[in-house]
Amino acid sequence: MAGKEYRTITDVKGPLVFLNKTEPVAYGEIVSLRLSNGDIKNGQVLDTSDDMVVVQVFEGTAKVDREAGVTFLGDVFKLPVSTDLVGRILDGAGRPRDGGPEIVADEKADIIGAAINPYSRQSPHDFIQTGISAIDCCTTLVRGQKLPIFSASGLPHNDIALQIARQAKLKDSDEEFIVVFCAMGITAEEYNFFRSDLERTGALENAVLFVNLADDPAVERIITPRLALTAAEYLAFEQDYHVLVIYTDMTNYCDALRQIGAAREEVPGRRGYPGYMYTDLAMLYERAGIVKGKKGSITQFPILTMPGDDITHPIPDLSGYITEGQIVISRELHQQGIYPPINVLPSLSRLMGSCIGAKTTRDDHKKVSDQMYAAYAQGRELRGLVAIVGEDALNERDKQLLDFSGVFEDRFLRQSRDEDRTIDNTLDLCWELMSSIDTKYLVRLDDELIAKYHPDNRS
Amino acid sequence: MSKEGQIYRISGPVVTAKGMSAAMYDVVRVGNEGLMGEVIELHGDQAVIQVYEDTSGIRPGEPVLNTGETLSVALGPGLLTQIYDGIQRPLQTLEEQMGFFITRGVDADAFDMEKVWTFEPVASVGDAVEGGQVIGHVQETETIVHKIMMPPGTSGTIKSIESGDFNVTQTVATLEDGTEVQMLQKWPVRSPRPFKTKYAPDTPLITGMRILDFLFPLAKGGAAGIPGPFGSGKTVTQQSLAKYSDAQIVVYIGCGERGNEMTEVLDEFPHLIDPNTGKPLMNRTVMIANTSNMPVAAREASVYTGITIAEYFRDMGYDVALMADSTSRWAEAMREISSRLEEMPGEEGYPAYLSSRIAEFYERAGRVNTLSGDDGSVTAIGAVSPPGGDISEPVSQGTLRIVKVFWGLDAGLARQRHFPAINWLTSYSLYPPSLDQWYRDNINQDFPEIRTAISGLLQVEAELQEIVQLVGSDALPVDQQLTLEVARMIREYFLQQNGFDPVDAYCDINLQYQMAKAVLSFQDAAKAAMAAGAALNDVVNVPARSALLRGRFEQGYVDRIDDMVKAMVAEIEATVEEN
Repeated sequence: MAGKEYRTITDVKGPLVFLNKTEPVAYGEIVSLRLSNGDIKNGQVLDTSDDMVVVQVFEGTAKVDREAGVTFLGDVFKLPVSTDLVGRILDGAGRPRDGGPEIVADEKADIIGAAINPYSRQSPHDFIQTGISAIDCCTTLVRGQKLPIFSASGLPHNDIALQIARQAKLKDSDEEFIVVFCAMGITAEEYNFFRSDLERTGALENAVLFVNLADDPAVERIITPRLALTAAEYLAFEQDYHVLVIYTDMTNYCDALRQIGAAREEVPGRRGYPGYMYTDLAMLYERAGIVKGKKGSITQFPILTMPGDDITHPIPDLSGYITEGQIVISRELHQQGIYPPINVLPSLSRLMGSCIGAKTTRDDHKKVSDQMYAAYAQGRELRGLVAIVGEDALNERDKQLLDFSGVFEDRFLRQSRDEDRTIDNTLDLCWELMSSIDTKYLVRLDDELIAKYHPDNRS
Repeated sequence: MSKEGQIYRISGPVVTAKGMSAAMYDVVRVGNEGLMGEVIELHGDQAVIQVYEDTSGIRPGEPVLNTGETLSVALGPGLLTQIYDGIQRPLQTLEEQMGFFITRGVDADAFDMEKVWTFEPVASVGDAVEGGQVIGHVQETETIVHKIMMPPGTSGTIKSIESGDFNVTQTVATLEDGTEVQMLQKWPVRSPRPFKTKYAPDTPLITGMRILDFLFPLAKGGAAGIPGPFGSGKTVTQQSLAKYSDAQIVVYIGCGERGNEMTEVLDEFPHLIDPNTGKPLMNRTVMIANTSNMPVAAREASVYTGITIAEYFRDMGYDVALMADSTSRWAEAMREISSRLEEMPGEEGYPAYLSSRIAEFYERAGRVNTLSGDDGSVTAIGAVSPPGGDISEPVSQGTLRIVKVFWGLDAGLARQRHFPAINWLTSYSLYPPSLDQWYRDNINQDFPEIRTAISGLLQVEAELQEIVQLVGSDALPVDQQLTLEVARMIREYFLQQNGFDPVDAYCDINLQYQMAKAVLSFQDAAKAAMAAGAALNDVVNVPARSALLRGRFEQGYVDRIDDMVKAMVAEIEATVEEN
C-alpha cells in the first residue's frame, strides 16, 4: 500500500530526516527514501504530527538532500518469517547476505513484538547443561532464561558463547537448540570467527544469522536484534523449536540508541544514554521465555562489553536489573591464563533454584554450589590479608581455605575449549576439591550429604 | 469545545490532541481503536495524553474522546486473588481475549460483574449512615470478610436493606432520598481515600525474618525502603514479606519487573499456605503485574492502582501490607514520560516533582481511624533499585527522606551468600521507641535490652574487624576473640536466614527471642568458662553448640531450643575441668 511520494524534507540531522506537509502518517510507519541518484534508503517514523514528521533512517543519511522523495509505506516494520530462515545469513535489516534467495514468507511478523502476558508464561525449570563447570554448578542456566555475559574488551567472551552454543543440551537428551545469532557492530574478524566456528561444527545448518558489522549503518543496529527476536519467536512459538539467541555486542546497540537520542535533542540520562534505555532494553530481553501450551522456548545469551570493566556503567547496570542474572568474565583470571575466566563471585543465575535438585540435577547440587562459592569467596578474601600479614599468621582453617581458592581456579574453573563435563562430573569434582578442607569447616553441607558423597566415604 | 477532538501529534506513549475540552487527569479514548489514555498536560486548546497501550500505527487526525472521568479503580467483592496489569485489567481475562501476547484495544472488567455474592446486612432500616460506614458483609474468600461500605461522600437514612444473593452492580440498600447503594464502588487512583484521623503506629508488622523483626522492625502503618543493587535479594525479600508478614491483606505490585520472576510468583502463591491462618495465601492477596516491557504509562499508574486497593481494604479495618517492586521503575516511567513532554529535567533527568511524588505515595501509608470508626493500616514497603547500588541517586534519596525504616541490601553480603543480605551497620529503623512497649507486653519484658545487646555486639565486631584486617585475629586478646566468635554466631545463626528452607524461612517472633537469648547464653557461659581457665577453642567447639546451630533447620526447634541451650552451657562448663 505505497502512498504518494513527498518532496518536503526540511531538515536532515544525524540519522534523522524532518519533513512537513504530509497526509496523516502513522507512528512507527515504515518509510522509503528515494535519493536523487536513485538509491533507496529505509526508515521509520519516530514522531508524527499535523505539521512535522520525524523519520529515522536506518542506513544513515549520507547523500540525503532536500530533493529526496519520501514514501510512507502504510505499515509498521515486519519481518517475513518461515522455517526457510534456518540456515540463512541475513544482514542487519533482514535482507539475504549469503547470496541466497529472498525469504519466502509464511507470514509477516511485527518486529517490535508484544509483551508476553505474565499470566501466560510458563516458569522456566529445565536445566541446561553447558558442560562448563563454573556455569553448571554455580550459575546454572535454565531453558527460557536470559543470562548475559558481562565481559570487556580483550576477553574471550566469544569463545565462551560459542562453547555454550555447541555444548548446550538438556541433561540426558540430545535435543538440540536452534541458534539465532545477532551481530551488532562487531568487526568482520569477530563475525568470521563466529561463522567459521558454526560452519566447522555443522551448527550453521541449524542457525539463523543476522549480521550488522562495525562498518554497517549504526542506526540499523536498532532493528537488528528485533529482527532476530522476531525470528526466534516465530521458530519457538509457531514451530516448536528450542531457540538459543546469542547477541553481541549490546554495548554497540546502546551506543546507537544514544546516537538517535542525541540527534533528537532528547534530555539525556546517565552518561548521555536516553532515559528510556531501561524500557528499550527490557523490550529485547523480556522476549525470552516459555509460554504455556507451546512446546518451544527462547533462551537468551546477550554479550556486552563493559566500558572500562565498569559493572556500574549504565549498560551492564540496566541489563542486570532486567536479566535473570549475569556471567561475569574476569580480566584477572584471564591474565592468569585460566579459561574460561568466569568470576563466579559476582555471577548469578536467578532461576537456578527452580532447576536444580534431586529430580533434575542431583540432590547435593544446591548445597555443594553454596559451599564451593562460600569457600572460594573466603579464600579470595584471605589473599588480601596474606598480602599484609603473611601466610604464617593464618590459622588452620584459613590456610585450608586459601589453598582451596587456588585449586578452585586451577581445577574447577579451568577446562579446555572443547571439554564437555556432565553435571555429575562437575559435582564429583567439587567434592574431590572440597575434600582438601576439613569437614568441620564445610558448614553448608549436612552430614547426610557428606556421608553420601565425600570422597572419604566413597571408595 | 466538545468532548471529542483529533490527534495532532504522536511521540511514543505521548499523544497530543486538539479541539477537545479536557481537564487534568481526565481519562480519554485515543484513536480508532479507543486506546486508554490520561490527560497529563494542557496547552491552549491542546491536551497532552499519556497512553497506556502501544501507539504504533496511530495517525494524526484520528478521534480522541474524553470520558470526563479520572483514572479510577473498581472496588468490591472479587478483588482478592486477582492478578492485574497496571490499569486493573485482569491478566487472565486478557489472556482469554487476546492470547499470550498482550496486544491492545481490549477492555476488561476488573472482576466478574455477574458473580453473585451473599450479602449480610449489618445496618438496618432507619439507621442513619454516612460515607465509609459498613452496611453489610460478604464472605469473599475463606479467610476474608469483605465489608461493604457506603461510598465516601454519601449519607442518609436507610429505607431498605436486605440480605440475599446479589451481584456487585445490583442494589443492596436504598436510602430515604432514593440513593441506591451497590457493592461496586469506583475511586480515582490519584486521590487518597478519606479517613478520620491518623495515629502513631504502635504495633510491629511481624515478618518472620529475624533481622527485620528483631533489629529493624517496621510498624503496621509504617513505610520502609529497601534499596539494593541487582542481585542483592530485593525481590526475594519482598516476596518473603508478601508470604509471611502478619498483615491481613497483601497487595503486591510488580512494577517494571521481570516476566519470569512475576510468573514464578503467580505460580507459587496459589500453593502457599499462610502461616498465620493455615489457609492459602492467595485468599488475602491482590497482585499487580506490569512487567518491564509492558506499556510505560501503565507502569506509572500501577503504583497508584495498588495503593488505592490497599486503602480500600484498610477502610474495612484491615491491616494491609503493600509491596512495590520496584519504585525505581516507577520513577523511570515518570522520567520517560517527562522527557517526552520536554519538561525541564531535575537531577539525573528525573522530573523536578520526583521527590514530591515519592513522598505523596508513602504518605498514603499509615495507621488510621477509618470513617466507620475501625482501626486499619496500610504499610508500604518499596524496593529501590539504585544504579550501580549507589544510593546517592534521586530515587533512593527521595525515598530515604520520607520512610522511617531503611533496609539496606548489600552486594558484598549477597556475594558471601549471607541472606537476607541486609547490612546491619547501615540499616536503621526509627520505630523501636514506639514499638518497645508492644515487645515488652507481648514477647518479654527484656526484649528491647536483648536487642540492644545484640546490635551492640555487631557494632563492636565491626570495630574489631578493622584491627583484624591489619594484624590477624590471633593477635587479639582472647576476650576480644570471643567477642568475634559471638558476633559470628549472631551473623551466621541469627541474622542469616534461608528463605528457601521450609522451616527456616519463617521464624516465629518468640523463637527469635529465644535464639537471641541463646547467643547471649553462649557468650555468658563462654566468658565464665574462660575466666576459669578454659581455652577458647574448646569452648567454641563443644558438640552441643553445633547441634544448637544446625537445629534451626529442623521442625520443632522451638520446643527443643531450651534444652539445647542448657546442654551447650553444661558442655562449656565441663571444658573448665578438662584443663
